[in-house]
Formats: sequence, C-alpha cells, structure tokens
Amino acid sequence: MNNLWLVIQREYLTRVRRKSFILSTLLMPLGMAVFVVVVQFIFSYGNDEQQRIVVVDEANIFNRTLPDSKNIYFKFRNDPLDDLKENMEADSSYNAILVVPPVKNPRLKDFRVEYFSDEPLALDTELAIRRRVEKAMRKYKTSELELDAKAIAALETDVDIKTRKITVEEGEDDDTSMAGIIGAGLGSIMGFLMYISIFVYGMMVMRSVMEEKMNRIVEVVISSVKPTTLLLGKIIGVGGVGLTQVLAWMVLIPGTLFLVSLLFGFDPDAAQQMQAGSAASQIDPDEMQSMVEKAMSGLDEMNWWVIIPSFLLYFLCGYFMYAAMFAAIGSAMGDDMGEGQSLTLIVMIPVILGFYIMMAALQAPNSSLAVGSSFVPLFAPIVMPARLPFDPPAWQIIGSLLVTIIFSGFMVWLAGRIYRVGILNYGKKSSLRDMGRWLFSKY
Amino acid sequence: MAPPIISVNNVRKAYGEKVAVDDVTFAMPPDAILGLLGPNGAGKTSLIRMITTITAPDSGQIEFNGQPLSGYHPTQIGYLPEERGLYKKMYVGEHLLYLARLKGMDKKQATDAAKEWLGKFGLEGQWDKKVEELSKGMQQQVQFIATVIHEPKLLILDEPFSGLDPVNATRMRQEILRLHAAGTGVIFSTHRMEQVEELCEYIVLINQGANILEGKVADIRRRFQDDKFHLEYEGDLPSGLSERYELLNPTPSGVDIQLKDGQKANDLLRFLLDADVHIVGFQELLPSLNEVFIKQVTQLDPTNTNPFDAA
Repeated sequence: MNNLWLVIQREYLTRVRRKSFILSTLLMPLGMAVFVVVVQFIFSYGNDEQQRIVVVDEANIFNRTLPDSKNIYFKFRNDPLDDLKENMEADSSYNAILVVPPVKNPRLKDFRVEYFSDEPLALDTELAIRRRVEKAMRKYKTSELELDAKAIAALETDVDIKTRKITVEEGEDDDTSMAGIIGAGLGSIMGFLMYISIFVYGMMVMRSVMEEKMNRIVEVVISSVKPTTLLLGKIIGVGGVGLTQVLAWMVLIPGTLFLVSLLFGFDPDAAQQMQAGSAASQIDPDEMQSMVEKAMSGLDEMNWWVIIPSFLLYFLCGYFMYAAMFAAIGSAMGDDMGEGQSLTLIVMIPVILGFYIMMAALQAPNSSLAVGSSFVPLFAPIVMPARLPFDPPAWQIIGSLLVTIIFSGFMVWLAGRIYRVGILNYGKKSSLRDMGRWLFSKY
Repeated sequence: MAPPIISVNNVRKAYGEKVAVDDVTFAMPPDAILGLLGPNGAGKTSLIRMITTITAPDSGQIEFNGQPLSGYHPTQIGYLPEERGLYKKMYVGEHLLYLARLKGMDKKQATDAAKEWLGKFGLEGQWDKKVEELSKGMQQQVQFIATVIHEPKLLILDEPFSGLDPVNATRMRQEILRLHAAGTGVIFSTHRMEQVEELCEYIVLINQGANILEGKVADIRRRFQDDKFHLEYEGDLPSGLSERYELLNPTPSGVDIQLKDGQKANDLLRFLLDADVHIVGFQELLPSLNEVFIKQVTQLDPTNTNPFDAA
C-alpha cells in the first residue's frame, strides 16, 4: 500500500513539473483564445473588394430602389446592354452588370436573371442578389396577381413544439421543450471529454510503460514493487495528471476567453452568429430572454444527482479500462517505438467506434444501437455519458454501470498479467499471440 | 549453525515450452562471495529473478535465512540487474530516495543514506542534477548506490562491471569487498571468468538450466588438474624429451609438458636432472576456470564450441 502511494506520487510529480506539461496546460487555453480571435477576425473580415453592379431592370420589379449592402453597391441604368458591356473596361464606376429580364407570366416558378462580369461571382454577392430578386419578385407577383399581402404573410407559420411530461413530480415544471437540446449539448460534451481523455491519458500511460522498459529501470523497480502495484500506481498517477490538467483548463479556458473578450471587445457568441448568418442576430431581445430562461430551467430539470455520479463512474471505468489496455500494449512493445504502432490500433478501434456510436446516440438516445452498446463495456463509457441527460431508464444505467465496472476490473487484471511478463521481455516487439500466451503463463 | 542466506532447492521454471531453469539446487556458503556462472541463456537471469521475487518458481523452494521467500524479503535484497537504467528525467537525490523508500526506508533514513553514499563516490554535488545530465560512469555509480542504499543482507549483481571504465570498476569492486567483509552476502553473476577468479571464492556453474558444477574455486581447479607442468630452463632441452613427453607452447626459456598414461612428475624431473638440464622453475599447471568451464559445457553440448563468447 505504501509502495503504491510512492509510485503514484512519482508518476504524478515527475509529470506535472515537466516543462512540456506546464506549457501544454498554459498554452492550450492561450491557443484557443488565439484561435477564437483569428476565426472571428476571418469571419468579420468578409469581402473588402467593392462590387459595383449596374442593374438593368427590364422587368421593372425593383422600382428603381435596391438597398446596398456592405461593399456591394447597386446602380440603375437604362443604357443598352451592349453599350454597358463595352464601356465596362473604361468606366470604373461599375464592374458587373445584372440584367433582370421582363416577367412574362406572373405565375412563373423559375426565374433567371443574368450577371455579366469577367470576375467570377463571389458567394456573398450571389446571395445578396438572389435575396433581393426573390424579395422583389414576391412583391411584384403579389400586386400582379392581386393578392392580399397580409393574407400571404399569414400563410407563414412558425411552429414551436412545447413538450410536456405526463407524470410531473411536485415542484417540477412540466415544460421540457429545451431538454432535448440541452441534453444533446451536455451529452456531447461529456462523451467528447471521455473520448479525448481516453486517448490523451491512455497514451500517456502507454508511453510511461514503454519509457520504463526502454530505460531498463523497470527490473530494478519490480525487484521492490509488485508489477501490478507498479501498473496500478502508474494508471492512478497519470489519471491524477489528467485530472489536474482538465481542472486547470476548466478554470483557464473560460478565464482567457473572458480576458480576450475584454481586450478585443469580443462577444464569444459572435463567431457562431457569423456562421449562422445575419438571421440569428435579428432575434428579438424578449425571445432571447425567454430562451435563456428556458435553458436555465432545462438545466435545472436535469437529474444531476444521477448524471454527475454516474458520469464520474463511467469516466473512471473508461479511463482505467483503456489505460490498462494501453499499458499492456506498451509493455509488449520492443525497443523501437515506431514498430509498435500497429498494436495500438487494437485499442484505438473500439474507442473510435464508441465515438461514432455516441454521435448516433445523441440523435436517437433510445435507439436499439444506443441501448445495446450501453451494455458493451468497451463502448459504454463513451456512449452512456452522452445518453445520461436524456433520462434513460434506471435499469439501463445500473445494468450498464455494473457491466462496465466488472469489465474494467477484469481488464486491469488482464492487462496486469500481460504487463508483468511483457516488461521483462527485452528486444523485439511481441505479437498478439505472445500476449495471449502471457495471459495464461504462471508467474 | 545459522541457515545459509539463500538456499535453492530443486527449483524449476519454464516459460511456455521453454524450460529456463530445470533443476537447480545450491546453498550459499557463509563468508564467501558466490559466483553464479554459465553461458548465455543458461538460466542465470531466470534464477536470479526468482531469488529477487520478481518471478516465482514453478516447483521447488527458495529460502532466505531459512524462511521461504515472501513479500518482505525484497527489502532485504539489493539487485543490480544486467539490464539496468534510471529514470532520465528525475533528479539524482530524488531518484535515490524513491528507490530507497520502495525498499522500505523512511524519508529521513533514505536522505541520510543517499547523502552518505553520494559522498563516498564523490558525487555530493550531483543531488540536484537530472540523471540525464550525468556522465555514463556517474549514472552507473548511482545505480550501484541505489542497489546498496538500504543495507541489504543479500546483494545480487548481474554482470556488474559490464560497460564500466577501469576506475569505476575498481571502485565498485572495493565497495563490494567492503560490504562483503561487513557481512553482506554477495551473489555475483557473470560469464567473465577473470572477474570470477578475482572476486569469488565459491562458484556454481549453471548450464542448460541445471547446476553442473559447484564448489570452492581452488578445489575445482585442483579437481580438474590434468597432469600438466610448466618447466623453465636455461640452455637446451635433451633431444629425447619430446619423444617421451608431449610438449606444448614451447618458448626459448620454457615449455609446458603434458603427462599421460601414468607418467609421473617425479620421473620427468629425474629424467631432466639426469640430462643435466639447467632448471629455473618447475610447477604444476592448474587449469584456469575458463578451461574448466569450456570443458564442462562442451562436454554436455558438443555443438557449443565457444560457450563463453560474450553476448
């Protein structure tokens, strides 16, 4: 027990004080901040090339007014098209011509306008033109066909689904409209965290095992400590390192993002809004308010007493299970780091499969695939956290946890058996068949 | 009489179908450094790993001071494996503390002992250095310190001098002898015969997983003496000598003479005296350990012509 503690301490301390650890812990939030700033800059930059478009409105649908947008300017001319084309090079006041042909039939479905320019049509210009023509056509058709503009507006209906629980506990709001979205968000965060941690820290355990084997220190150490103690100490120690790093990031990332937003006067949501287009920015403040309230109440609704402890359990089991597998692989590797890469694939494949199943489970948390893989211990630690916010039945949580806990214990035991033989096998990389044999070898 | 520090009884260990140690039995004699010898692949390292409790025998027992090996005994053993190294990124002092504490020392004891030992090797100033900053020779000294820091009752050294420069090798030899004089049992495993003759009074030869020869170095050499004598002389040898006796390695002033078929040393001398040879010296040639072992090992496995060929 005392030795286990010493091993944990060593594994933890030597890693945490390494320059590479300190740098990666500090640089990651900084990197993210830089990334966000750069992305925002790129999106806000847009097109700084001025587009001056001459509009030949043969249909007269625009009524000679067309709003300009940023760097896109419209101008009406009545000159013949051929003159305009010819003068384009000499006349620097425009660099493109938009021809809107006369509308013969106000009931037409497809309408084609023509754009003349020697430069290719930029995406934002295309969007701007199409929107304007569509809007103008709508107006034109309405009046041509003598329709009631209000009646047409009334055809548009925004449908909102308000989901309500049937069995409502006392003091609980029956409104669950936001639960789906919030569940998906929370689930994807937890599933993703699981996936990343397994990879980063599982690999760290593997490297640590290989390092000891290649440094030839391992035989000295296991003449004092049992190999299983060393393995366990390593997994726990590296786990502690991971925990430290994740906790540091949980403080540092929002912190730096906040600082950056102060420095650059930047709203963290802006980047997303840019992507969503201008529509998103037009949400009216009242609606926003109610959405935030709904989101808060949605978060409130989450069954945190189930989610947090079970997530932690899944996290621990998943980490232990995969770290042990990585350690076993590391112990079987030879002195050449490179040649063992194919062995790591064996562990990586279930992790990656689990990740994709998790993505599917976010879409349909109760599909038979999602439920089924909750009981496959290799996938459960990645898939189940994503399902937790969707309130899966208790028997599924308990059953899946039970299977996972038993399996991860079994995995640690199995890895221990491979490890204690593998670490003393110097020289060439061992095959899967060798590892299988070690499992059953007496110690 | 106190039980031997280590006694090995009919120990067997197989890895899958490969039998590493077949049947080894020996006891460590008191007051002698034990040389564990054998060609590469004879099972030395497998045997040592069982003594150090890294692995356990399939059958047979190993006793430490008369008790079966248990989880407590690693703290009594200092093991310097053939394949050895250090954590490159750790600091020297911290590294020694870690290994000493794994052997059950408390922090203060370990600190004191580490400082004392570093001082003994002139490495006081290296406490706060990283292992990777040390020279190779210094690293080997640190490894040795880590092996003996907890004052083990039994020291097991597997090829301890391999890769050491002469200065470090001498210093380590002195420390081993000093520890031995202070009552520490020493098992010394190697395939380098000249080192065995220098250090060990008692040897166990292992080949193909079994001990085939065991005893005091002097006794063994005597046992394997095969009537060979060395003659030093001045002048000429009588012409009849080479007809009667087999002469080996002649030099201008000396020759080795092999006696055969009941020929007696006294008769030889008498013949030489009668021939009025000016004898400067005459002595029996005992075989070197090297010769004994090559003989023993090739006897068992004629295909193995050079069993002590370095790995």
